[in-house]
Amino acid sequence: MTRLLSACLALIAFTIPATAQDVTDYTLDNGMEVVVIEDHRAPVVVHMVWYRAGSADEEPGVSGIAHFLEHLLFKATDDLESGELSRVVAENGGSDNAFTSADYTAYFQRIAADRLELMMTMEADRMRDLQLSEADIKTERDVILEERAMRTDNSPGALLNEQMQAALYMNHPYGTPNIGWRHEMEELGLEDALAYYRKYYAPNNAILVVAGDVEPENVLELARKHYGPLEPTEGLEPRDRPKEPVPLAERRITYSDPRVGQPYVIRTYLAPERNPGAQEEAAALVYLSEILGGNPATSVFGQALQFESNVAVSTFAGYSPLSLDISSLRIGIVPSQGVSLEEAEAAMDGVLKDFFETGIDPEQFERIKTRIRANDIYAQDSMRGLANRYGAALTSGLTIEDVKAWPDVLQSVTPDDVMKVAEKVLQRSHAVTGWLTVPETSPEPEAEVSQ
Amino acid sequence: MIRLALAFLLIAAVPARAQVPIQEVTSPGGISAWLVEEHSIPFVALELRFRGGTSLDLPGKRGATNLMTGLLEEGAADMDSRAFAEAKEELATSIDFDVYGDVLTVSAQFLSENMEESVDLVRASLEEPTFEEASVERVRGQVLSYIRSRVTDPDEIAGDAMAAAAYGDHPYGSFDSGTVESVTDLTRADIVTAWENAIARDRVYVSAVGDITPEELGTVIDTILSGIHEEGGEYPDEVDYAPTPGVSVTPFDTPQSVARFGQPGMEIDDPDFFAAYLVNTIMGGSNFENRLFDEVREKRGLTYGIGTWLSDSDYSEVLGGSFSSQNATMAEAIEVVQEEWRKMAEDGVTAEELAAAKKYLTGAYPLRFDGNANIANILTSMQMDDYPIDYPQTRNEKVMAVTLEEANRVAAELFQPENLRFVVVGQPEGLEPTVN
Repeated sequence: MTRLLSACLALIAFTIPATAQDVTDYTLDNGMEVVVIEDHRAPVVVHMVWYRAGSADEEPGVSGIAHFLEHLLFKATDDLESGELSRVVAENGGSDNAFTSADYTAYFQRIAADRLELMMTMEADRMRDLQLSEADIKTERDVILEERAMRTDNSPGALLNEQMQAALYMNHPYGTPNIGWRHEMEELGLEDALAYYRKYYAPNNAILVVAGDVEPENVLELARKHYGPLEPTEGLEPRDRPKEPVPLAERRITYSDPRVGQPYVIRTYLAPERNPGAQEEAAALVYLSEILGGNPATSVFGQALQFESNVAVSTFAGYSPLSLDISSLRIGIVPSQGVSLEEAEAAMDGVLKDFFETGIDPEQFERIKTRIRANDIYAQDSMRGLANRYGAALTSGLTIEDVKAWPDVLQSVTPDDVMKVAEKVLQRSHAVTGWLTVPETSPEPEAEVSQ
Repeated sequence: MIRLALAFLLIAAVPARAQVPIQEVTSPGGISAWLVEEHSIPFVALELRFRGGTSLDLPGKRGATNLMTGLLEEGAADMDSRAFAEAKEELATSIDFDVYGDVLTVSAQFLSENMEESVDLVRASLEEPTFEEASVERVRGQVLSYIRSRVTDPDEIAGDAMAAAAYGDHPYGSFDSGTVESVTDLTRADIVTAWENAIARDRVYVSAVGDITPEELGTVIDTILSGIHEEGGEYPDEVDYAPTPGVSVTPFDTPQSVARFGQPGMEIDDPDFFAAYLVNTIMGGSNFENRLFDEVREKRGLTYGIGTWLSDSDYSEVLGGSFSSQNATMAEAIEVVQEEWRKMAEDGVTAEELAAAKKYLTGAYPLRFDGNANIANILTSMQMDDYPIDYPQTRNEKVMAVTLEEANRVAAELFQPENLRFVVVGQPEGLEPTVN
C-alpha cells in the first residue's frame, strides 16, 4: 500500500491545481485600503476592519491599552448606545467579535450578505466617534483583569511563556505581553485609551476586508459612502519600533509552580518573518518547523524521541511567518514519566545535532510540500480564513502581491534552503530556554527576619 | 446553497430556511447516508459517527474506549504508525478520530482525485487496527501525561467535581479518559474489546459534503464499513442529573475561581424544547446579548465570559453553565446568577426579549451551513437526533411558532432556583459552602 502510494507521489504533486481567489483591492481617497474576496457559494459575508496597530504600538507604561480599547469599542458612540452594535448584529442573525495581536487589532461580523451596508454604517461610526465615560473604564477594566486572570494568571504554562517572551525580546516591544502587565492594566485610564484611539483608529491606518457573496463594485461604492468621509490622522508615520540588538548570550528561565501537573521544556529562537518581496527565508522556516516537529509519526523529533526511544510523550515545533518585526521559532519536549527536564533537553539537543549531520529526508520534504499545496485547496472552504489571511498580512507589512506570491514561494523552497536557514536560526545564543516545573518541596514558613 | 432561503427571508419577512439540498443515499450494501454535493472545490469532507463513545467503557475499564480511539491512527493492516502517517501526508488527506461521552467520530478530508486511496486508509484504520504493543505503550504514556496535567487545572477539577456530584457511578460521573490507575491497568485485550464494542455497523451514521456523487459515496460507504463488526456493545442506562442543590467549594490555590453550575434540563424531542431553547438563549445562550452577560460582565465587571446551555446527551439532560471570577468577587457573581435564575422562574421573559431571541436564532441558523466540514457535521448530528431530512427547512418555523405564553410557562417549569447547584474551585472569599 505505502509503496504504491509513493509511486503516485510525483503524479499527485503535478495534478493538484494551482488556485487563485478572486481578489480585488482598492485605496479610498482618505487612505483606507479595501480588499474584496469573492465567494458565491452561500449568501453570507464576512466584514472586517483591521487597524495597523497592536500592543507593540503602545507607549511605554500603558501595556494592555490596545486590547483594552478593543473592548471599549463596543461601548457608545455619538450614534450608537453601548452594546447596540452587537445587539443589532445578533438581531440580524449575525455574529461579531474582535481580536488584538502585537501588530494589529481587528473587528469583524459574519452575517447575511444583504446586511453588509448596515455593518459598514456601524463600523465606520465607531472608527472616529467613540464616546467613552469613566464608568465604562471602571467596569471594563475589571473585565480585562478577569480575562488576564483566566488566560494567564490561572495558567502556569502561560506565565512561563510570558516570562520567556520578555527575555527573548530585549529591546523590541514584543517582549511585553499582549494583554498587558497586571500592575499597568490596573492603572489604565480614559485618557490612555483615547490617546491610542485618536492616533491609530483612522481610515489611513485601516484595511477593510470583505469576503463572501458580494460584487467588488458594490463593496467599493458602499465603502466610499460610509468609510470615505472619515477624517484621516495627519502625520501618521510608518511603524518603526525599537530593533533587537544582535543577541550574544543564551538565556534560561525556570518557572516552578505547584499547579504544574506535567513539566516540560520549551525553547524559542529569534527567527526572520515574511517581508515584502522577501518571503523566502520565512517559507523555509515553515518547512523547518514541520520537519522537526510536525506530525510526530513522521517528524524528526517525534521519530527520535517518541518512536525510536521513549524519552518524550510529545514533542513540538512552531513558527509564525506573519509578523511585522522579527518573529520566533519554538521547539519543545514533554518528557516521559521518570525522565528529567535536563535529560529531555539533552535528548532534544542530541536530535538537533544529528539533524545537522544527516540533513533532510527527501521523501519527507516532498510530502510536506504536497500537503502545503493541498492546504490551499482546503483553505478555500473558509471565507473567514481567507479574509484573515489578507488582513493579517496587510497589517504585518506585506502587500497583496506578497500574499498572492506566497504559495509559489512555498513551493520553490528546497532542502538546501531549509538547512541554510536552520543553521542561521537554531543558535543557542539567539534563544531562550524555559523549564516549567513543580517546586521540589514546599518550604516551611520562616519566622520573620526583621521588622 | 442557502441563497434561496435568505432571499425568501428578505422579501417576505418570514423566517429563513436553510435549504441545503440534502440527498439520502443508500449504498449497494444497504447502509444509508446523507449527502450534499458541492463540486466547486475539488475536495470532500466525510463524517462517520458511531453512537456510544466512552460511555461504553466496561466497569473497571475507564479510559479503554479513549485509549483505543487514540490508537486507530497508530497502525493498521500492514502499516505501522509511521507508514500510516506517511500515507496520509502523501495524499494530503486528514483523518481525525475523536471520542466523546456518546459518540466516536471519524472526520476525513481528502482531495477528490485521491478518494480511493484515502478511503482505503479510513477503512484500514477502522477494520484492521493493529494495536501493536509499542504503540499501546506510547499512547498510554500520552494519556497518562494528560491525566496528570489536568489534575492541577481548575477548569478540569470543576468539571470532574460537577460530573461526580451529578452522576455518581454512571459513566457520565467520571472523566472519560480514566484515572492514572485505570489506564495503567488496561491490557491489549481491553482495548480490543473496546474496539469491538464501539465500532460497529449497528450504530453508524454517515454524511459527506463536497466533490462526490451519490454513486461514489455508495462505494465509499461499503468500502469502509462492510468489514467492521455487525453489532457493538450494550449502551448504558438513562440517568437523572441530580446533584444536591447548593454551593460546594473545592479549595485550590489560584487567583481566579472557576464555577460550574447546573440543574435538570429538557429532552430535545420534548414539544417544549424550542420554547426552552429560546428562554435559555435569553438567559445565557447567545453571543454578547443575554441577561447573564449583561448583569455579570457588562454591569459589574465580575467575569470575562459567562454562558449557559441546554445539553441533551443520550442518557441525561442538563441546563448548565460556567464562568470564572477572581477570588474576591466569586461570591458576588454567584449571587447575581442565583438572582437571575429566580427572576426568570418568577417573571419569565418579555415580548421584546423573545422577539430578539427569535430573530437571532432564525438568522443565525442558515449561517451555520458554512463550509463542507461544518455541513457534514450538522448532517450526522441530525441523523443521530433522528431529525427528518427536511429539518433545515422547517426548523425556523418551529422557533417562530413559540408564543410568549408558552415561553413563560416553560421558563417557570424549566428554571428551578431550588435545584441549582454550583461547584466552585479556587479560594473564593466570603463564599460559604452549603454542600460538601
